[in-house]
Amino acid sequence: MSETTTRTEPAAATAERAPRERKGVGRRRLYQWLFVAPALVYMLAFFGYPLVRNVLMSFQEFTPRTYFTGESPFNGLDNWRGVFDNELFGDALWQTILFTIGSLVGQFTIGLALAVFFSRRFHLSGFVRAVLLLPWLVPMVVSAVVWRRIMDEDHGILNSFLGTIGLSGDGVPWLSSPSVALLSAILVNIWIGIPFNMVILYGGLQEIPRELYEAASLDGAGPWRTFRSVTLPMLRPVVTVVLVLGFMSTIKILDLILALTGGGPADSTQTLGTLTYQLSFLQLDFGQGAVVGNVLILISAAFAVLYLRVNRADSPGK
Amino acid sequence: MRLRTGRIPKSATVVALAGTVGAIGLTGCAAEPDPGTVTVLNSATDTAEHEANQDFFDRCAAPLGLEVEQISVPADQVASKALRMASSDSLTDILELDGSELPQFAGTDGLRPIEEAGVDTSEFSESANTLGSYDGVQYGVARSVNSLALIYNTELLAEAGLEPPATWDELKETAAALTAGDTYGMAFSASPNADGVYQFLPFFWSAGGDEAELDAGEGGAAALQLWKDLVDAGSASRSVVNWNQQDVNDQFISGRAAMMINGPWQVPVLSEQDAVDWAVATIPVPEAGQDAIPPIGGTVMTVPKNEDDREREENAARILQCLNSEENQLAWGERVNNVPTREAAAQTYREQNPRLAPFADLVATARSRTAEVGTRWPVIGDALAGAFQSVLTGQSSPQEALANAQRQAAAGE
Repeated sequence: MSETTTRTEPAAATAERAPRERKGVGRRRLYQWLFVAPALVYMLAFFGYPLVRNVLMSFQEFTPRTYFTGESPFNGLDNWRGVFDNELFGDALWQTILFTIGSLVGQFTIGLALAVFFSRRFHLSGFVRAVLLLPWLVPMVVSAVVWRRIMDEDHGILNSFLGTIGLSGDGVPWLSSPSVALLSAILVNIWIGIPFNMVILYGGLQEIPRELYEAASLDGAGPWRTFRSVTLPMLRPVVTVVLVLGFMSTIKILDLILALTGGGPADSTQTLGTLTYQLSFLQLDFGQGAVVGNVLILISAAFAVLYLRVNRADSPGK
Repeated sequence: MRLRTGRIPKSATVVALAGTVGAIGLTGCAAEPDPGTVTVLNSATDTAEHEANQDFFDRCAAPLGLEVEQISVPADQVASKALRMASSDSLTDILELDGSELPQFAGTDGLRPIEEAGVDTSEFSESANTLGSYDGVQYGVARSVNSLALIYNTELLAEAGLEPPATWDELKETAAALTAGDTYGMAFSASPNADGVYQFLPFFWSAGGDEAELDAGEGGAAALQLWKDLVDAGSASRSVVNWNQQDVNDQFISGRAAMMINGPWQVPVLSEQDAVDWAVATIPVPEAGQDAIPPIGGTVMTVPKNEDDREREENAARILQCLNSEENQLAWGERVNNVPTREAAAQTYREQNPRLAPFADLVATARSRTAEVGTRWPVIGDALAGAFQSVLTGQSSPQEALANAQRQAAAGE
């Protein structure tokens, strides 16, 4: 954001006072940098430093002892080997992928459907939209605890509801069976993520000029055709933002799973996030924890680069 | 941001710079500790608990002309908070850790052996002293300890004409007989964390399981089979894989479980309700006549090394010495429903609290989780959790699960 201020400002300013001094430009640059400096220092201190530290840490023997002695000898690839040899890592990686893709697809499609639905004006639409925001306002851990009760196999309201409408006689082992638990976690995360998707996409829909729809209907396009040829293309920048932000927050998820299943049963809901937590804060092996953290950062970074490229392709003029 | 004159006033620049420099400069200095104050890091975040702690601290500190200041953080954050403090040389004078975390800290060489600091623990029970030990050296002193027992619904058992089970076979029969309608005969925690592992240990150890070699002998597999039988027979809910100790207690209080495995920390909650009548029995053992071997739990107080100011260590030790007088231990034990660690105080406690006597007896045979494996305990605990979770959910047989767990535990060596 500071980038844009430095770039657009001189153009506007020099246009106003074109004949004025040249050496003023140098000083002006300096001032501009001084204003950027706090943000830059902040970024370096709170993003750059931890990032570099985390990468270094994954090559060090970093244990409780380190905190007392300050010694953290480099141990080459030991931590990386330890993590990749850990049977749990492969499972956690696979489950992270399933969890992320499942959550994104669910959140996005339902969020988009609701956004389209609410972009038509009708009675109480604003009120219902506000109610739908609730999951977003509830702290993650609270949602997880409530859902843990709802999904209880014996006494959960979900199973008694399914039983009442005759869909499930025996009760679905939502959280107590390894083959269902990950799906349950995904469903809860979808529920949590819908409002975010809906709000952003709804905002995007409001930006689309009405005339386009009028033109489309004049051209004889049906609702599906209009949606595909007008709504979706116009919505594309917003869609990328929603998906990228959703991806970033889903892939590193920790609190939801810890409170919902604790990674169980039988490690079926372990993700890279819970694995980092387990390695670093339960086993106090900070080196190995950092390795998993770095893997997460790598995946996120790959996605961020992809996003930037897509975005640049979208707006060649700028 | 565009200023009207197009020029940026100098003062703004100065402020911007000063802000940056100030933010960096802040981290440079640390406050000098007050020599008359002994600081404690513990997990007493609950107001009542915090105040009770302060009471005992004040009682001991006042005659010494000292004051005690507690820093309390949630139990699962004590270790990481302590590590952060250690790295900035600001660790408290007394550090109260969970017994299972002690080896990690003792292994850093940052703790003063408790005898060297000047605390005498010769009259404490053997099991309590092992809780605070690492590599044969005692670093922590436990004021009181706890363990697990079988807590049962007296009404339901009386109605069915049953006695609390003493052996595994009786446990299975009694649990099956008590299972009816909405009520399971038995509840325990098999969650994939410290709660579940703690609850599995009495069965694992009583049957002869060995944490250093998880797949050795028949004991471990038998304990896994017992848990699986209880769930398969429908005497315990399949949801036990999700229940922590709190959930188990909730099930018991709501009448959905006739018996449960739990610890004395549930006593305040149990005493406060009158929906369910309860009593405590010892944990069932594989064969009649055997001793139950439950895990010993509780916190230990340690004295971090302070080479620059040995007097602070001495003050801390003097306070610990006082907190652990027979009288203070007994008063504290009654306050928190835990068993005092001085043999004599434990005896008095037993006589004064007949209802909780089984806990006092169990503590005598209880075993420390870390005595044998030290700093490797967290990895081994995880492996054990993986074993009972995969058996209970039908992923593998007890033998396979233990072989897996042993491989996983050994990989961390």
